[in-house]
Amino acid sequence: MAPHGNPEAPASAASEINREAPKVAATNAERTTTTPASAPDVTPRGAHEESPWSLWEVFVRSSRGLSHVHAGSLHAPDAAMALRNARDLYTRRNEGVSIWVVPAEAISSSDPDSKGSFFESPQGKDYRHATYYTKSEGVKHL
Amino acid sequence: MSTQETAKDSDFAIEGHGDISVGVHGAGASGDGSASATRITPGNALRPEDIALEISRGQVKPTEDVAEFALRIGDDGLILAQRLGHWISRAPELEEDIALGNIALDQLGHARSFLTYAGAAWGKSEDDLAYFRREHEFRSAHLFEQPNGDFAVTIARQFIVSYYQYQLYTALTGSSDATLAAISAKAVKEVDYHRDHSAQWVLRLAGGTDESRARIIQGFKLVWPYVDELFEDDELTTRLAEAGVAVQPSSLRAEFDRLTGDIMAEAELDIPGVPQSLGGGRHGKHSEFLGYILAEMQVLAREHPGAGW
Repeated sequence: MAPHGNPEAPASAASEINREAPKVAATNAERTTTTPASAPDVTPRGAHEESPWSLWEVFVRSSRGLSHVHAGSLHAPDAAMALRNARDLYTRRNEGVSIWVVPAEAISSSDPDSKGSFFESPQGKDYRHATYYTKSEGVKHL
Repeated sequence: MSTQETAKDSDFAIEGHGDISVGVHGAGASGDGSASATRITPGNALRPEDIALEISRGQVKPTEDVAEFALRIGDDGLILAQRLGHWISRAPELEEDIALGNIALDQLGHARSFLTYAGAAWGKSEDDLAYFRREHEFRSAHLFEQPNGDFAVTIARQFIVSYYQYQLYTALTGSSDATLAAISAKAVKEVDYHRDHSAQWVLRLAGGTDESRARIIQGFKLVWPYVDELFEDDELTTRLAEAGVAVQPSSLRAEFDRLTGDIMAEAELDIPGVPQSLGGGRHGKHSEFLGYILAEMQVLAREHPGAGW
């Protein structure tokens, strides 16, 4: 969903999610208020698409001193339940000491199609690494 | 039950790589083993196997009274675990499916510890007690065997159970019986989470739609008749309370009423004014539901005694 971009509408990475987010919210609101009989065409995208629960991204910190790492995603009705679901889904085997949950629609992601312009530029620019430079004579502790 | 634990152990053998600092599991593509968000270490906690080991070494042995008491609370957990396990693959959402499954496994874990300990008094294993006792030999209270009903009934039952168990295990951490105290100290943290889980859902169902509110009200009506039985004193609990092993169940009631009352008030739900059932579970008199649970739970072990899988 949202963080993985929309291949049919390639756009600059940052603006993409902003457009996507309201659409997701509106569709969900529609689904909770309309009756199944009057519901318009339901796109065959799997059962979970029909869930009124929104999508959350889960970040788990495995121990003190390390940073939170993306562990996966889940569905939950609100932030409090998202935290609890995250605890149940992603820390069953003693994986974590801290959890963050973030609404998936709040995450802006880079466009996979813009990989070239986004990420290839630093390649070959070895002068951006300390190892590019020769150590001056007599300098200690480098 | 022990076969399940064996399966879990081998699970660790396949997946586990011990501490994160030496772990290479999942390092592959990301190239950074220490960044794994799903590292697997079992951690250290009191396990039923540890209790069984102490028993086999003759380090612990419960008195007849302690064993009878452990049987009661062990059976509570065992029967509830069996009930909750039925939700697996049937819960309204995948996430809730796992949440209820986790609670079921926590309850089963407590039951295994209590039954292992109880069995030491009579030379029986946890499996002997779980699979080869008949209905009138079970000591669980009626609440635990009540049908799951819809999700709201299950939540209402779990709400009562976890607030009761939290009070009970908290009190038992101060038991003069070291093993009971140790099992309870492990269990109380897990039950604290069960409390939170069910309270969250009571609030959401009560404050959700008209449909969800009607269902949680109906759910509480169905399970509330079984509350009084949990707090009944009898000769056994009186003897144990005098010995400092346990507390009188009635002494837990005021705090239970206060804490559940807070949540019920927040959810704008009334405590149902329903008559209380006669109870009798602690003395082997059960409702019509227990026999069916036992039939399903015990059939394999009885059909193939000693089978492993």
